[in-house]
Amino acid sequence: MSGGFITTRFEAMLGWGRAYSLFHYPFITACCGMEYMSAACAHFDIDRFGAGLTRFSPRQADLLLVVGTISHKLAPVLKTIYDQMIEPKWVMAFGACTVSGGIYDNYAVVQGIDRIIPVDVYIPGCPPRPEMVLDGLMKLQDKIRHSEPDWRWKRKKS
Amino acid sequence: MEEKEVLDSLRAACPDAVLESGFSLGDPFAVIRPQALPAAAACLRDGPARLAMLLDLTCVDRPDEPERFEMIYHFLSLETNVRLRIKARLPAADPAIASLTGLWKNAAWLEREVFDLFGVRFTGHPDLRRLLLYDGFEGHPLRKDYPLRRRQPLLPERKDGPRT
Repeated sequence: MSGGFITTRFEAMLGWGRAYSLFHYPFITACCGMEYMSAACAHFDIDRFGAGLTRFSPRQADLLLVVGTISHKLAPVLKTIYDQMIEPKWVMAFGACTVSGGIYDNYAVVQGIDRIIPVDVYIPGCPPRPEMVLDGLMKLQDKIRHSEPDWRWKRKKS
Repeated sequence: MEEKEVLDSLRAACPDAVLESGFSLGDPFAVIRPQALPAAAACLRDGPARLAMLLDLTCVDRPDEPERFEMIYHFLSLETNVRLRIKARLPAADPAIASLTGLWKNAAWLEREVFDLFGVRFTGHPDLRRLLLYDGFEGHPLRKDYPLRRRQPLLPERKDGPRT
């Protein structure tokens, strides 16, 4: 063969492709948004890791970045956004408020978004440094690379 | 007009409204009868004091006192830079006071916030609904007798925990 060839496993190829082409949807409600901007713009540049393409429609995104305090009033909106995303999809809880409610342990605030939607990576900090965001992103990519294909029939059986 | 004269003008315009007055935290204040609020506010705005701006409007809950709710109004004169605090004490059962929406339009949302979080009724308010919390929320969370740990989530919480 003139072009040459490589051999690989299908899962490895799929995981590699998915890990470096994350289209993210930023769901930003509070001050952590500043750190998101810092991580996304040229200084720290999330695009170096293949997650640079921000989509402002959840239907085009596969990584949901939940950034900032989520109140009970906002919870149905976040759930709708998550439901609108198409599989495969991942969720990053960005900052102390999304991880656990943060300093807001009161009547208004959801005590961690994993009470509403499933979360893949938790990034603590109030707010987290951009380095921590990149570290969390790399951990998520590692998880995606090593995940098995989510065949629908397999999930239904379990 | 100096700060002391503002209080004097209020006392002159509404002689039976003022229960108590003085200075605290650098600004003049007056405690008035709640029934006299619309008249007092109108004469502060349009009278010699020229307190044209309603800066803020809030409430304090003192559960041990018979007049449990204390409404606090902050006024500012844009001409003389004088501030004035007006307080009015309301009873624990069915606290209600006249709305200031006829005099200041921004009172509409400020009063909705106090209605939402303290449960004070504003008579004459054109649209007295909750401002910050959602429909179906029971109680008023900034009242001292609202349970500290009471939660009213809109969505049922997930049982299966974080995705592995």
